[in-house]
Amino acid sequence: MTDQVQTAEPLLEVVDLKKFFPIRRGYFKRVVGHVKAVDNLSFYIMEGETLGLVGESGCGKTTAGRSILRAINPTSGSVFFRDPHLGRVDVAQLDDEKLRVVRRSMRMIFQDPYASLNPRMTLLDIVGAPLRAMNIAHGSELEDRVAEMLRRVGLRPEYMRRYPHAFSGGQRQRIGLARALAPNPKFVVCDEPVSALDVSVQAQILNLLQDLQEDLGLTYLFVAHDLSVVAHISDRVAVMYVGKMVEMAETRELYTNPMHPYTEALMSAIPLPDPRPRQKRVLLTGEVASPANPPSGCYFHPRCSYAVDLCRTREPELEEVKPGHFVKCHRARELSLTGVSEILARQ
Amino acid sequence: MPEQHTTPQNSSVLVEIKDLRTYFFLAEGVVRAVDGVNLTVNRGVTMGIVGESGCGKSITAYSILRLVSPPGKIVGGDIFFYKVPKDGSSSQAEVINLAKVDPNGETIRNIRGNYISIVFQEPMTAMSPVRTVGQQIMEAIILHQKVDKKTAREMTIDILARVRMSNPERVVDEYPFQLSGGMRQRAVIAMALSCRPQLLIADEPTTALDVTTEAQILKLMRELQEELGMGIMYITHNLGVIAEMAQEVAVMYLGRVVEKTDVKELFFHPLHPYTQALLTSIPQLRDALTRQEKSRLNVIKGMVPDPYARLKGCPFHPRCPVMISGVCDEVEVPEIEAAPGHMVRCHLYTSH
Repeated sequence: MTDQVQTAEPLLEVVDLKKFFPIRRGYFKRVVGHVKAVDNLSFYIMEGETLGLVGESGCGKTTAGRSILRAINPTSGSVFFRDPHLGRVDVAQLDDEKLRVVRRSMRMIFQDPYASLNPRMTLLDIVGAPLRAMNIAHGSELEDRVAEMLRRVGLRPEYMRRYPHAFSGGQRQRIGLARALAPNPKFVVCDEPVSALDVSVQAQILNLLQDLQEDLGLTYLFVAHDLSVVAHISDRVAVMYVGKMVEMAETRELYTNPMHPYTEALMSAIPLPDPRPRQKRVLLTGEVASPANPPSGCYFHPRCSYAVDLCRTREPELEEVKPGHFVKCHRARELSLTGVSEILARQ
Repeated sequence: MPEQHTTPQNSSVLVEIKDLRTYFFLAEGVVRAVDGVNLTVNRGVTMGIVGESGCGKSITAYSILRLVSPPGKIVGGDIFFYKVPKDGSSSQAEVINLAKVDPNGETIRNIRGNYISIVFQEPMTAMSPVRTVGQQIMEAIILHQKVDKKTAREMTIDILARVRMSNPERVVDEYPFQLSGGMRQRAVIAMALSCRPQLLIADEPTTALDVTTEAQILKLMRELQEELGMGIMYITHNLGVIAEMAQEVAVMYLGRVVEKTDVKELFFHPLHPYTQALLTSIPQLRDALTRQEKSRLNVIKGMVPDPYARLKGCPFHPRCPVMISGVCDEVEVPEIEAAPGHMVRCHLYTSH
């Protein structure tokens, strides 16, 4: 079923997504508990938009990206996607045949450009693989398409017969991008695409991602831990902590007016390329809670300096505190937290 | 340049590197990883070394500790270390040229881990997985401070407490895999500081950590520096971390220091086109949050050249936006003091 109301309906809508990994013990591999890697994640992304997904390592941001694409099967929840061929579908419920169709339009690029390319395949094989697997192009048509993709990402089509070892980290990331974009997708999950790159190369890839987004009308879920990079590329940003989303807002709003204490701590930890001292810094103490054995109430309460009794006993709901600004904190309305406004005021 | 190493008395100089050259002799050719580096690290001061991968920043550090193994070799230059005896028997520094000592000899082994120690990027690979945290820290203490096991253990617990490790009495008997990334890096820092070194080399110590953990470790290192008064050589590619940690900064490109000055000057008046390009190619929070439209980052054209190639003139000239044809690609650039305390290696500031 296709809905013609294009503007109001999001391209992707994630509803109560869960991914639990069982912990097995003993001779009979009895399930003794679960690692709740992603727990009740809900958000939407509009067409042409970039949603940044941030959080510390182990918070479930990569698992979220993979569950959305069905690279791993989510435990429960729905992923509604407006597919150009199938219309609005729940990716979480699709059978294999339909999943193959959807995978033309939902793609992924990876963090490590060395691990994500098969060293025994030429660029033609690598970039052509999705086209071949999805029966999109064959023979000389396939070569033409690969050449066009390589040109799009700033590589020479003559390189088609070479192997990945002949390329630098930045070039390899371009190859990975060409492979993702070959079947002409709508939506791309970018999992830490620049964190393994040098600063000057990082700038090239970020610009390329933005150019391609404009030219091809792409929608990105941009998973990263570098908050400056996320601010640069994202329209909206979602913050995760121990498998749950704790805050989501438009980029500028989130950075200047954070309403969750965890977001405030993240903002304050950003190393800024400015040697002048910062006025107020909130440094987190303690360790990230274990998703296998999370604390009671709000998962963040053991590290939160604003925690009250309620935080220890009851888990807060994710609420829309202001239009478009979602926060999962009991005290969101009463606290006045520090964002990065101080930096904006500087000359 | 004045020959400072002849008058070490009352000097704050800790390490002075002069025209250091460390080359790697490979079948494919010679890689000039460090090619004429001049650097001075002072007592109690943090010298930040910034550059992209392959610029020679780590090899410079490894050369100081003589950890460069074949096919790498120090082929020229001096590394003067001003060693002040730890027992307080004399305030007079003994000058040791580390570039000339036997890399397996008594002299360097007495310095390594004792007077100069290093913190590596990956805390998991820097520690042995089969021995407890305590055993690994005690090893250096017993070796250098000639104390018995019981005292060494007490000293280990004390140093673990000093790096703000929660529960040091328990951690001392734990294995590295039982600790989180941040705690492991604290253990590595504890190991490095166990003998109260005069110089701490930190080679990207927070690159593998999350921002919140990074902020904790950076704060810890600043506090420990204040307590122990050591000089720090802080190697990173992250300009944000440099701004937070360093008082002086050296920018490296292709085995050379291309600019060297204090941290404020570097961020507010960068002179070398490479430094300027680096500073504008990182996403700035302020620009990202104040702009109306999505903007593009400034990029440095091209990429770091082939390591075997030896470029004539300034090594940055093929990528430089203000390259002077006939000068930059022909004439070798000297180090120029463009302003007091501000060294730059660029023809824009010479009379060609």
